[in-house]
Amino acid sequence: MRSFEGAPVELRDIGHAYGTGDLARPVLRDVNLSVGPGEIVLLTGPSGSGKTTLLTLIGALRGVQKGSATVLGQQLAGAGERQRVALRRRIGFIFQQHNLLGFLTARQNVAMALELDGRTRESERLERAGDMLEAVGIGERAESVPANLSGGQRQRVAVARALAGNPGLILADEPTAALDKQSGGEVVRLLRELAKRRGVPILLVTHDPRILDIADRIVAMEDGRITATEAGASAAG
Amino acid sequence: MSTSVTRAPGAPPPDDRLLSWAPERTPDHTRPPSWDAPPPRERRRAQPFQPLRFLLLPLRLAWRQLRAEKARLASAIAGVMFACVLVFMQLGFRSALFDSATALIQNMRADVFLMHPLTTASFKPETFPRARAHQALALPDVQAAVPVYLAQASWRNPENGSKRAVQLIGFDTEAGVMDFPGLQPLVDTLKRPDTVAFDARSRPEFGDMTRLLKERGPFEVQIGNRMMEVTGLIEIGPSFGADGNVVLSEVNFRRLIKERQVSAVDLVAIKLKPGADLEATKRRLAELLPRDVVVLSQAELVKWERDYWEQATPIGFIFAFGSLMGLVVGMVIVYQILFSDISGHLREYATLKAMGYTNFFLSRAVLSAALILAVLGFLPGLGLSWLLYDQVGQATFLPLNMTTDRATTVFLLIFVMCGLAGLLAMRKLRDADPADMF
Repeated sequence: MRSFEGAPVELRDIGHAYGTGDLARPVLRDVNLSVGPGEIVLLTGPSGSGKTTLLTLIGALRGVQKGSATVLGQQLAGAGERQRVALRRRIGFIFQQHNLLGFLTARQNVAMALELDGRTRESERLERAGDMLEAVGIGERAESVPANLSGGQRQRVAVARALAGNPGLILADEPTAALDKQSGGEVVRLLRELAKRRGVPILLVTHDPRILDIADRIVAMEDGRITATEAGASAAG
Repeated sequence: MSTSVTRAPGAPPPDDRLLSWAPERTPDHTRPPSWDAPPPRERRRAQPFQPLRFLLLPLRLAWRQLRAEKARLASAIAGVMFACVLVFMQLGFRSALFDSATALIQNMRADVFLMHPLTTASFKPETFPRARAHQALALPDVQAAVPVYLAQASWRNPENGSKRAVQLIGFDTEAGVMDFPGLQPLVDTLKRPDTVAFDARSRPEFGDMTRLLKERGPFEVQIGNRMMEVTGLIEIGPSFGADGNVVLSEVNFRRLIKERQVSAVDLVAIKLKPGADLEATKRRLAELLPRDVVVLSQAELVKWERDYWEQATPIGFIFAFGSLMGLVVGMVIVYQILFSDISGHLREYATLKAMGYTNFFLSRAVLSAALILAVLGFLPGLGLSWLLYDQVGQATFLPLNMTTDRATTVFLLIFVMCGLAGLLAMRKLRDADPADMF
């Protein structure tokens, strides 16, 4: 892993607005946030509070307009498309929906995250994908296509995919939104477990009060600002 | 489930895999071996460019995606195949037209021809003075020159009495200047009055001469207003200008077409002395003869005839247009398939982009899908066209032949067609924006 100084995520005075000129609608104002190594941070807040935008900025999916954002040692302010794509390869993404490729098996889906690394062999990739699926507890369903998996299983595959490339950071956007209480809880706990073991920090946007207990820190946002930060149940426990 | 964790803010982990404080480092913590995460390795150094990976990975992704939806794949292949067959048939007809339009000329074997410059095609010739044939003999390299008379007359089918226009080719068959396949053994019989040689490859509407000749021996048919004796068969083949051909001597031609003046000829066929320089002789003939004739080699005469059909008629355009339409329809089908494949997978594509796949990688995947369709559609298209060439060729008596050249041309056309469809569909990839995924 490329080494870097400082925290995996370091945001300074981040501001962001949609639209231009008079129509510009600010969604983020003066956001300062730092995520330490291995830290699990939950972002909560009402919809429209800017937490998703913040996540896309950190994930290098959007250009930074104002302020400075250093993610995994890469300064994103003024970074070009090529640098941003390169950074994305070092981040694991988990979305509301699993977004698995329906025409690939679970194993092949996970292997897609490894294909970006030009120095791996196909057999190696599939083997590692299998290991990852074992790690998320659905090793026996490795050859199933997503259509034949339950919602919870699919999200587990998505977790395996996000972790397969040994990311330096995991960004998750409401990973439990499409799941029932039990499987949602299982998936995030699994995610937490695996991330903790590797020391990978997680930034997770959620509305779901049932999973707040996995956090080291909970950051509440409202109207584009961070309004409160509290230690999570995990850290307190 | 909650484990106590003390963080070390700001301090980078000493080990990629496990942090010093990770709970797993404590000996009392046991876990199933399957939970062992695969060891992270040193990665993302500068990767050498690997052309095989560069092309094969998107190709494989494209193939897997195409394969997943059998019905869609089948309709895409059918679309490409349709375009393929259409283009093959159009090009086949076009080439058959030109080949058969020039069948008569191609089978007239002589070294040099004289023709009136205003003659556009052999079936409607402009006449010029017979004297040109004699003038040509002035050159020492010219061994013989025979005038050729062309006309169309009605032929009465000896089997059912129906009438049909037939092309008459009258010339001095003895002179040995102009030859048709199968003519040599008939030279003597054609000297007799009112005898003709019939083109065995004429359309069947003229009657099955081959069978009749075998059954009855030489027999009489009505050509124009005269009974002529069919004594043998030659091979020329029907063309668009004439469905059937009849070769006869100059004298018999005059008997049949009484209104034709002997002095007005349609072509002059010239035989050169062995070892004569064709080009030089042509040049000298052109200098020698008045401007009412052009001097052509046989290849040039064929080209003259072909140019007529290509340029003076819309036939060439029609077939080119037909081919183009086939390609456009095929392109639209392929574009539709690719486009709906992309729009149906926008979220997945956006996810791939978020994972660090470039737009370029996905573009290569889309293009690969297009080219897979090109290959998968071309192969059955080729087979079907081959079959159709055979069937249609038999039914229409057109020389429809599958040539390597044409197969290559069509494959390239289909390839370009699918490629363009892929390039068009690729624009849809821009809609897969990973920033909209959250």
